[in-house]
Amino acid sequence: MPDGASIVLGAALENAIPFAATHELIRQGKCDLNVVAPISDISTDMMIGTGCVAEVTGAWVGNVSGGMGHNFRRATEHGEPHPIKVHDYSNFTIGMAFFAGAYGLPYVPVKSILGSDIIKSNPQIKLAENPFVDEPDPVALVPALKPDVAFLVVQRADRAGNSHIWGSTGLTQEASIASEKIIVLADEIVEPEVIASDPSRVLIPGFGVNAVCHIPAASHPSPLIGRWKRDNAFFHHYHQETREPDGFKRWVGEWVRDLPDHDAYRTKLGGELEELRVEGEAFSAPANYATD
Amino acid sequence: MHEYSTQELMIIAAARQINDGERIFVGMRLPITAYGVARLTHAPNAVGLFESGVARYEPAEDMLYTMCDGPNQLGAAWTTGLIQIMGLLSGGRVHAGFIGGAEIDRFANINTSYIGDFENPTTKLPGSGGAPDIAAMAERLIVIINHQKHRLVEKVDFITSPGYLTGGDARKKAGLPGGGPSVVITDRAILRPHGPENELHLASVHPGHTVEEVIENTSWELKSTPDLGETPAPTKDELDALHRIDKEGFWRS
Repeated sequence: MPDGASIVLGAALENAIPFAATHELIRQGKCDLNVVAPISDISTDMMIGTGCVAEVTGAWVGNVSGGMGHNFRRATEHGEPHPIKVHDYSNFTIGMAFFAGAYGLPYVPVKSILGSDIIKSNPQIKLAENPFVDEPDPVALVPALKPDVAFLVVQRADRAGNSHIWGSTGLTQEASIASEKIIVLADEIVEPEVIASDPSRVLIPGFGVNAVCHIPAASHPSPLIGRWKRDNAFFHHYHQETREPDGFKRWVGEWVRDLPDHDAYRTKLGGELEELRVEGEAFSAPANYATD
Repeated sequence: MHEYSTQELMIIAAARQINDGERIFVGMRLPITAYGVARLTHAPNAVGLFESGVARYEPAEDMLYTMCDGPNQLGAAWTTGLIQIMGLLSGGRVHAGFIGGAEIDRFANINTSYIGDFENPTTKLPGSGGAPDIAAMAERLIVIINHQKHRLVEKVDFITSPGYLTGGDARKKAGLPGGGPSVVITDRAILRPHGPENELHLASVHPGHTVEEVIENTSWELKSTPDLGETPAPTKDELDALHRIDKEGFWRS
């Protein structure tokens, strides 16, 4: 992944955020990135704090359960560690921008951003008139977004990248298909027969996936349905520790830079991570795909 | 008289805005509790929608920190994508939505983006999420905000989510399909758009608060609706429903 790339670090909103990928990008010192996501919780804030972000394209940046993102505020209000460019969208308009990117449409006309000053702060969105009616009927034209790389977390995948996801998915499918490359972080690698047994649960087929990585708990501290609960204390701790730039430096040192990889991160979490493992069972009924 | 907190009164006032059988964009915290109270009292057939891609009948059993948490997915009516759920809004199939904000102005425009000039802000707020989409497209918008002078301002610095824009028929002229804000619930009072300008007026004052105090904590010259009165106190049934949901007493203090 080159410097200056536009990247999607999760698009499900507040679950299945690929923090393992966020951390690895920070460790590798990738720079001038454009982080594209509707929300992605503190993943975006920590990328900004390390100085590797030039642009943010999204609808919301902060700490969902904690409040403001301190690094986002420092960058936008004081240019620390350096200024960033913010491209504002609402959730639905960024969704339709991914939709356009995924399916080859130059732009999508939407109604839901009319009246918002986001049209002023983001000059990419243009006002027009619906050409199909005689009376005035304003629409906003949202151009296609085509990021370079999308990282997504799935519950299980086979070695070819055929992936099963369950639970709400936000914009995962549109953002991934819109992207030039898709990298899957799988909580579990299973035999191809497991995925093939239920093709309706496939969000992204393997033929569209560039790489699949087996990384248990890749979404920590965000939840992964049926696998890992949300680590609320971790989000709170991040919020407290990153109030000042020095605090963020300590935090990102302890939890990202000083660790070689996600195995070491899981080991460091230890028993705390084990307590987040979903132990209960609430299985869906099997679906019959038989032909005769 | 039953004992209740200001937050509990706000939750119950919010619950009363939900009609039976309606599809509601719920959001988190106070509105999700209000949705639960409405389901247990007068609106047992309401449907709750979450922009991450969740539709629910019954509210989640366990505490939620985000709408994507496991308890909000278990037993859902539908777990899907954002476009499918927000597409209901865009298709005109959502009756009402809840949103909050840092600032609201006399024409009920809401700011959650920038304090000061957007090109050089003094404060950068987290942003819009799906709020502009809800404000533009829902038949009615229900706003929850703390009643302080710096929050209820003459004109917001940045319209993240449109209310009635510059008033009158400006909203309609801008091509916004949804009906706009129908009510603003604060910790002191309830405001509603009134008159041809759709300016927010004082509609009722919560028990224990005064008209003077509400006016003092509003930046524009706040007028009253002709039927200005006191916000009705929660009934025993409403409070019982709330206590069934709020087992830990999170909203009681």
